[in-house]
Amino acid sequence: MDTQNCFHCGLDIIKEDEIIFDAKSFCCNGCKTVYEIFSLNDMSCYYDFEKSPGATPQDIKGKYDFLDNESIVSKLLEFEENSTAIISLNIPHIHCSSCIWILENLQRLQKGISTSQVNFPEKKVRITYNPEIVTIKSIVYLLSSIGYEPYISLENYETGDNKVDRTLTYKLGVAFFCFGNVMLLSFPEYFEVKEYWLDQYRGFFRWLIFALAMPSFFYSASGYYVSAYKSIKTKMLNIDIPIALGIMVMFVRSAFDIIMDYGSGFFDSLTGLIFFMLLGKMFQIKTYSFLSFERDFKSYFPIAITKIKADSSEESVPIYEVEKGDRLLIRNQELIPVDGILISEQAEIDYSFVTGEAVAIAKKSGDKVFAGGKQIGKVIEMEVLHSVSQSYLTQLWSNDVFQKNVEQKHKTITDSISRYFTPILLLIAFSSFGYWIFIDANIAFNVFTAVLIVACPCALALTAPFTFGNVLRIMGKQKFYLKNALVIEQLAKVDTIVFDKTGTITTNKKSNISYEGDELSDENLLLIKNVLRASNHPLSRMLYDYLPLPILENKSTSNAKKMKVDYFEEIVGKGIKSQIFGYHILIGSAAFVEKIENSNLQQTSVHIKIDEVYYGKFIFNNQYRDGLEELFNVLSKQYKIKVLSGDNEGERSVLEELLPKGTELVFNQKPEQKLEFIKNLQDSGSNVMMVGDGLNDAGALAQSNVGISISENVNVFSPACDAILDATEFKKLNYFLNFSKNSITTIKMSFALSLLYNVVGLSFAVTGNLLPLVAAIIMPLSTITIVSFVTVMSSYYSKKK
Amino acid sequence: MSVIYLLITISIIIAIGFFIAFITAVKTGQYDDDYTPSVRMLFDDELMKSPKKVTQLEEIEEKEQDK
Repeated sequence: MDTQNCFHCGLDIIKEDEIIFDAKSFCCNGCKTVYEIFSLNDMSCYYDFEKSPGATPQDIKGKYDFLDNESIVSKLLEFEENSTAIISLNIPHIHCSSCIWILENLQRLQKGISTSQVNFPEKKVRITYNPEIVTIKSIVYLLSSIGYEPYISLENYETGDNKVDRTLTYKLGVAFFCFGNVMLLSFPEYFEVKEYWLDQYRGFFRWLIFALAMPSFFYSASGYYVSAYKSIKTKMLNIDIPIALGIMVMFVRSAFDIIMDYGSGFFDSLTGLIFFMLLGKMFQIKTYSFLSFERDFKSYFPIAITKIKADSSEESVPIYEVEKGDRLLIRNQELIPVDGILISEQAEIDYSFVTGEAVAIAKKSGDKVFAGGKQIGKVIEMEVLHSVSQSYLTQLWSNDVFQKNVEQKHKTITDSISRYFTPILLLIAFSSFGYWIFIDANIAFNVFTAVLIVACPCALALTAPFTFGNVLRIMGKQKFYLKNALVIEQLAKVDTIVFDKTGTITTNKKSNISYEGDELSDENLLLIKNVLRASNHPLSRMLYDYLPLPILENKSTSNAKKMKVDYFEEIVGKGIKSQIFGYHILIGSAAFVEKIENSNLQQTSVHIKIDEVYYGKFIFNNQYRDGLEELFNVLSKQYKIKVLSGDNEGERSVLEELLPKGTELVFNQKPEQKLEFIKNLQDSGSNVMMVGDGLNDAGALAQSNVGISISENVNVFSPACDAILDATEFKKLNYFLNFSKNSITTIKMSFALSLLYNVVGLSFAVTGNLLPLVAAIIMPLSTITIVSFVTVMSSYYSKKK
Repeated sequence: MSVIYLLITISIIIAIGFFIAFITAVKTGQYDDDYTPSVRMLFDDELMKSPKKVTQLEEIEEKEQDK
């Protein structure tokens, strides 16, 4: 077994923290406890399906107190009766078959749960339990204790009965039923054998086919009529017009043929066509349902908040019931849901959610705190100024760009081709009709309908759904999730790329720390590390993780690795004052250690002073993502690149060195300014792709032609954007851009192919030779070639680097 | 030869029967998640695994290790 990784969660084990239990090594106590729970309940085969499938349980003390409030719980439940209740919980960690197994065997861990069912694609678990025996809170606690913490946000509020739209599945089922039976009954017609009994029953067969085609024509294809009608109304010729026209003409002509006993009609082709087109639609829609792109601020907001009542008792209340003047309690890492005034003495608020600034801002009693900030450190109290719907974030989301329908931004490639296709088709139909009318009125009518039937752009309509469906699937596998197929077309058109700095081209996780000043001895480093351990400030945490643990020759000191801190005081906004092992240590800002520094230096740094002697400072540089330089070099050959940042200009020189020449750098940008910047670029005729990280550039993401959000955790952080890219795949951005371009090429090629089929078919039709048999061969043949062509081509391009 | 009317009618009725079965399956949500059941069906054996068997297995493993 690999001893380097934790048996439970698979993370690297830091040697001195290693815990050996049951001959297996774990990285922390949490992981060990989960293993203990599983092995006690004889459920250790959890580890048999996948290697190290677990997650470290997080500390959730107090986080779910709101689940004691019955009115909140009843809003979350799907179903509730005396002894049965059903709840659907969203669990982002679900990722493998072990997860399914453990979550579906919850009843063995907790009495009162009768069944639990996982929906893997949606990352949800549906739990049926007995509320008389077990509460929802204890279920949530159980889930969290085994590393499957559910994600409950305001979005879950009143999800009571969510209706799933299954219309397309029904339509597809009906279409397939009709298609299969009609095909079977059409066979005798294909072999026009002059046999007595076939002739005898021909009428019966035909009328049966007619009847069977009805549901397909009236129900399954109904979407196309609606879409065609809408596009005529808005005077935009889309591909659904010739499709709807073709289907209708085919139906009328076939019905006419059968009623007048002229022939067998084209019902086999008609039902086949409808089935294949619906199949293409289905293929394109079926992508990844676990990512919801239509999220708004609701999915980030907590569902309930702790309110302090007049008699100073605490109570969880739903967020919508918060009113002006209420006093709220905000814990560590909790989001401030409304604007308010700070009542506690001090607070450290991380606004990275809104502004992108990584460093927390200190607030004093009486200061205004804004919605969207996260409290770091101690519990604070605040007084509410507005109710939820009026606050800052809500305003940001109600900006016009979010209301805009993305579909209208672009015309799809299929639609722009059909603008020419439809008039040309009608022209051919009428001119051949005009030609034949002088020879034979009967043939003229036949030819006219035959042209419309055979030219029905089924292959054309299938091309885009199958190509895009395949591309969406391939990209999804590589952790680039697109909102819909339209985004691929837009990606191919991009000529300017705008990057956000913080969190996009830099990582949020680790900063690159360097030291400047007098050298620190190993003892001193050890002292600093021990002092930092007690601090909760983000910079302290980063520095603590960064500092190596010095190996000391003196054994007695190394035994005292975890030395006791004698005195510790954290002065918010300044630094730490502490006494350890007889040393006085000051860690903090320049002013705090009384060091006079050039104020023009714009960098984030922490200064060290030990026993009244100034040593030096640790400088926090931004850590740029791997492969950034190469990516920018490749991209700059094809695109105009710009970098926007909400930060100060401290990093300008580093960026200029790192990025290719000619990259425009703009600093000190507020969210609204970013939006404006994109807008100006678009007004000057550019197709802009915005790559950002989250909410603070949400406006810019929505305004741009393609907004891509880079996310460390795709499940939790995905604001309104067109695509989500997993942060680890950032360097592949160029590959994705090229891939989209190639898929457009694929579509164009297959358009040419399908037009070729149309020419062949039309030459039959115009000369009046379109027999049902010919139609029955040409139509499926073209469909199959097109579908296999685009699938093979898009898979081929995906392999090309 | 009028038996063909009967046969075709029977075949259509059977087809409709299957069609109705499909519609009910969709209606009860069986098509909402087409991945999880494929994994779930492989678990049944694991559930049956009694504690006894596990110890037996471990004993065998231990013996092998001793060798």
